[in-house]
Amino acid sequence: MIEPLLPEPLLPETLLTVEGLTKRYGHRLACDSIGFTLDHGEVLAVVGESGSGKSTLLSLIAGEVAADAGSVSYRMRDGATRDLATLSEAERRALMRTDWGFVRQDATQGLRMAVSAGGNVGERLMGVGDRHYGRIRATALDWLARVEIAADRVDDPPTRLSGGMRQRLQIARNLVTAPRLVLMDEPTSGLDVSVQARLLDMIRGLVAELGLAVIIVTHDLAVARLLSHRVLVMRSGRVIETGLTDQVLDDPQAAYTQLLVSSVLAA
Amino acid sequence: MSPQGTVTVSAGTGYNFAYLDEGTKRMIRRAILKAIAIPGYQVPFAAREMPMPYGWGTGGVQVTAAILGAADVLKVIDQGADDTTNAVSIRRFFTATAGVATTTRTAEATVIQTRHRIPEAPLTEGQVLVYQVPIPEPLRFLEPRETETRQLHALAEYGLMHVKLYEDIARHGHIATTYAYPVEVAGRYVMDPSPTPKFDNPKMDDCPALQLFGAGREKRIYAIPPYTQVRSLDFEDHPFRVQRFDRPCALCGAEGVYLDEVILDDAGGRMFVCSDTDHCETRRADGHTGEAA
Repeated sequence: MIEPLLPEPLLPETLLTVEGLTKRYGHRLACDSIGFTLDHGEVLAVVGESGSGKSTLLSLIAGEVAADAGSVSYRMRDGATRDLATLSEAERRALMRTDWGFVRQDATQGLRMAVSAGGNVGERLMGVGDRHYGRIRATALDWLARVEIAADRVDDPPTRLSGGMRQRLQIARNLVTAPRLVLMDEPTSGLDVSVQARLLDMIRGLVAELGLAVIIVTHDLAVARLLSHRVLVMRSGRVIETGLTDQVLDDPQAAYTQLLVSSVLAA
Repeated sequence: MSPQGTVTVSAGTGYNFAYLDEGTKRMIRRAILKAIAIPGYQVPFAAREMPMPYGWGTGGVQVTAAILGAADVLKVIDQGADDTTNAVSIRRFFTATAGVATTTRTAEATVIQTRHRIPEAPLTEGQVLVYQVPIPEPLRFLEPRETETRQLHALAEYGLMHVKLYEDIARHGHIATTYAYPVEVAGRYVMDPSPTPKFDNPKMDDCPALQLFGAGREKRIYAIPPYTQVRSLDFEDHPFRVQRFDRPCALCGAEGVYLDEVILDDAGGRMFVCSDTDHCETRRADGHTGEAA
């Protein structure tokens, strides 16, 4: 019997259930009946090479792309489990900007580039009806501090921030409404290694502190090892292996996973 | 109103009454009725080419043409003034094509077409104020996608509008938007009141007159029915405020009106006078004088 890697989860229920999720682009199969469950506070890494369907999977879960088949159910804050396809557009958007976060690979897609850092963080608050400038600004400053952005950058637009700061700003912007589930699409790609390390450290700290459930898509196995509890290995739109992170990375069973693990360069 | 397809040519000009053909007027009237039924909602309409360039009031002119009757008295103002190019040419246009009476007196007019001011004299029931609108979409500079702004309106997701006001305060210490200041109409749609100074925003609220907005290039019509609640957006700790002027009008001594700055010489001489020329003239005729008069 292997010792459980995680402390007993605080809330034993499943937060997210994905069943038979399928998406075709013409004849090409982007995702082929993918299923998994995610518990409260659990971090799941989706790994695989470029074009394996990782990002499509994330878009399907977020409801940004309509699935050809399958379902995504989510336990809402009121405790009821809802099939996300049955939500109205208004409900879906409300869920996305309160209980969910989405950190994009390309910060220009996840941020408003013409709006100051403070405005970017405050947008969700204003979206849920906060109409007190002083309070919004104080919350924005607090969140900038938590993601290690200096307070004097609060009025700078993201165009004047570095790549690493943009990603941290995206994270602050998403976490400001205390979501329970955050989707991350390659949050560290395109950053140099020292900036990556700091960002990962910060994400790990926030995830533990806030008890976030995270689905992180990455091609970098080191990111998966550092952040995630469980790993899903994808290739050509299919899940070819899944399990606890160290189990999959240290003792890969599928041939492709073995190849993937052995492809990592050691510094 | 004559039935669709028939043409009532004004004697001497060769044009149909008020320039547009009857079919077009019916189409515009339908859009206007829909706009009145859904206060603040932008109704698409098939805007026509007008004999004037975009940006000179093609939307306002089409709305005016659609609602004008032979007995109407028309007033046209441009930045508050009755005697500037845009106002004069549109007034002449309708004199020529509709033969309606025109006036510069706010109280005498039944239809007032305006470019970016609301008259100082209170409007009354039965009057119609027609605004010329360059960009009807209040969210345009925050969200460039039309598909997305429509969604935001449909779902009443107006957090983005406050992001703009937040940016103002963050940059200037106060809400620095002074014109085209966004308003919420009847507790539902957020609307761009066209580039009127925010000084005029309170006049839109609970106004006895019908307010119609026409955007020709963007092909949109929207409306505020009489006695409708119009609220300017703001923050709890930064409430909406109108501009204040620290001196009265130099010609008529009026206070609490919107003033224009007039440069007098190249040595820094200037005076501030009523932007509403009719209001100023009426006051002066009544014997009020300012410091420069």
